[in-house]
Amino acid sequence: MLTLECPYCGIKADETELAPGGEAHLKRQGPGASDEEFEGYMFARANPKGVHFERWRHAMGCGKWFLAARDTVTLEVYGTYPAQTAAPPKALMEKIEKRQSDRGGK
Amino acid sequence: MRRYSAFAIAREALRHHAGWGRAWASPEPKKRYDVIIVGAGGHGLATAYYLGKNHGITNVAVLEKGWLGGGNTGRNTTIIRSNYLQDPSAAIYEKARSLYETLSQDLNMNVMFSPRGVIMLAQTHHEVRGYQRTAHANALQGVATEFIGPARVKELVPIINLDGPRYPVLGGLWQARGGTARHDTVAWGYARACSAMGMDIIQNCAVTGVETESGQVRAVNTSKGRIECGKLALVVAGHSSELAEMAGFRLPIESVALQALVSEPIKPCMDVVVMANTVHGYMSQSDKGEMVIGGGTDGFNNYTQRGSFHHIEETVRALVETFPMISRLKMLRQWGGIVDMTGDRSPILSKTPVGGVYVNCGWGTGGFKSIPGSGWAMAELVAKDAPGPLAAPFGMERFREGRFIDESVAAGVAH
Repeated sequence: MLTLECPYCGIKADETELAPGGEAHLKRQGPGASDEEFEGYMFARANPKGVHFERWRHAMGCGKWFLAARDTVTLEVYGTYPAQTAAPPKALMEKIEKRQSDRGGK
Repeated sequence: MRRYSAFAIAREALRHHAGWGRAWASPEPKKRYDVIIVGAGGHGLATAYYLGKNHGITNVAVLEKGWLGGGNTGRNTTIIRSNYLQDPSAAIYEKARSLYETLSQDLNMNVMFSPRGVIMLAQTHHEVRGYQRTAHANALQGVATEFIGPARVKELVPIINLDGPRYPVLGGLWQARGGTARHDTVAWGYARACSAMGMDIIQNCAVTGVETESGQVRAVNTSKGRIECGKLALVVAGHSSELAEMAGFRLPIESVALQALVSEPIKPCMDVVVMANTVHGYMSQSDKGEMVIGGGTDGFNNYTQRGSFHHIEETVRALVETFPMISRLKMLRQWGGIVDMTGDRSPILSKTPVGGVYVNCGWGTGGFKSIPGSGWAMAELVAKDAPGPLAAPFGMERFREGRFIDESVAAGVAH
């Protein structure tokens, strides 16, 4: 069972307590955007086989949105961080890199 | 290729079955093919088959990372139906269903198509209205379905509990000509027929890169070396995003695990397929007697071929209230397949930004039932470099144009 730690209330919540919200850090498009930009925002997804940055909501807990880095093959959770973040924190990226080099390659 | 027949069985019975030969060849790749198809599952092999049969293109290779039919083709619940709401979906799924009717004769291999009938239960008033609308739409599309009342549901499915604790059965959408087929044999049958036409099916051959030159595909790099191609068809379901990235474009696809499970075998108790979409569960009985149960998709992207445990609990709970007699059945096996979900829950059969590269993906939870129709339409697209009437509405540009084929029937569960 997938377990994520909510960065707001600190509770280690399993997936039945959480609601998944899809890819994180998408650039929001509004009026004036081109068709291609809007298509990218609405539909095109990285869908990686590996590290995925994604949104979650602590639906059955504090109710807040947060972000997580998770491996889509092993389901390893590298870390969670607050939703008010434009890019993954540097410390998290270093941790992911280290975990991957420990495992040898990707 | 040795034809299968009653005479062949009699002949082989007299000589210890020594003369059957292999169903398909396993050659080393040639230097160049007119068409390379990536993915030897049902859809990829059907594409190859109809390329040869309908369009006379037989210099074709089908590359497979694992083993033939080892992905979602071997991981589904084998249900075949075509009771879709939207015209483009009904057309391609009905084409597939009608091809299934004669597939055994066509491929000279018994795919055990069993048109036992499929019933989709209506358990809310919203669903009753929805399925009545679908039945009307199907009548206009030439797909034979009807909306039936609870009494007829009970007649068709004696083991059903009409007055469940949460959702009583208010009726159902009945497609008498839907049913099931033997999933592995569909892949094997297509593979055997392709091999007989001189096509190469190359297993254990992972594609690692796509070579392009001024926007046109030239070759693929694989674990068995570089292979040149005139055209390249990507038919890899859950791994479509990976292949698209190699070719240099993005797809509106997210991959998630979809689960299924089977029970221990029991005596015949249900001779139709029953789907209960409100409570999220569907069930049929295999020829071996196992109850084949389909569950839900995970909510988050993953490639685990396993799925989350709580979905099993939800599915089983739904089915126990619908069929109380299964409450003490033991479940034997559970598995997951990686399904490729699009934004509108309809597939993509499309040209791509790279010349000579075509994609067939996004079938999501509805892949098995569509195999012959998908292959038929994809072969036409690849052969003519332009989609025919079946594939035309499913181009990937529809997401940019906002021209969705919004299939509420394919609501991410229950196929």
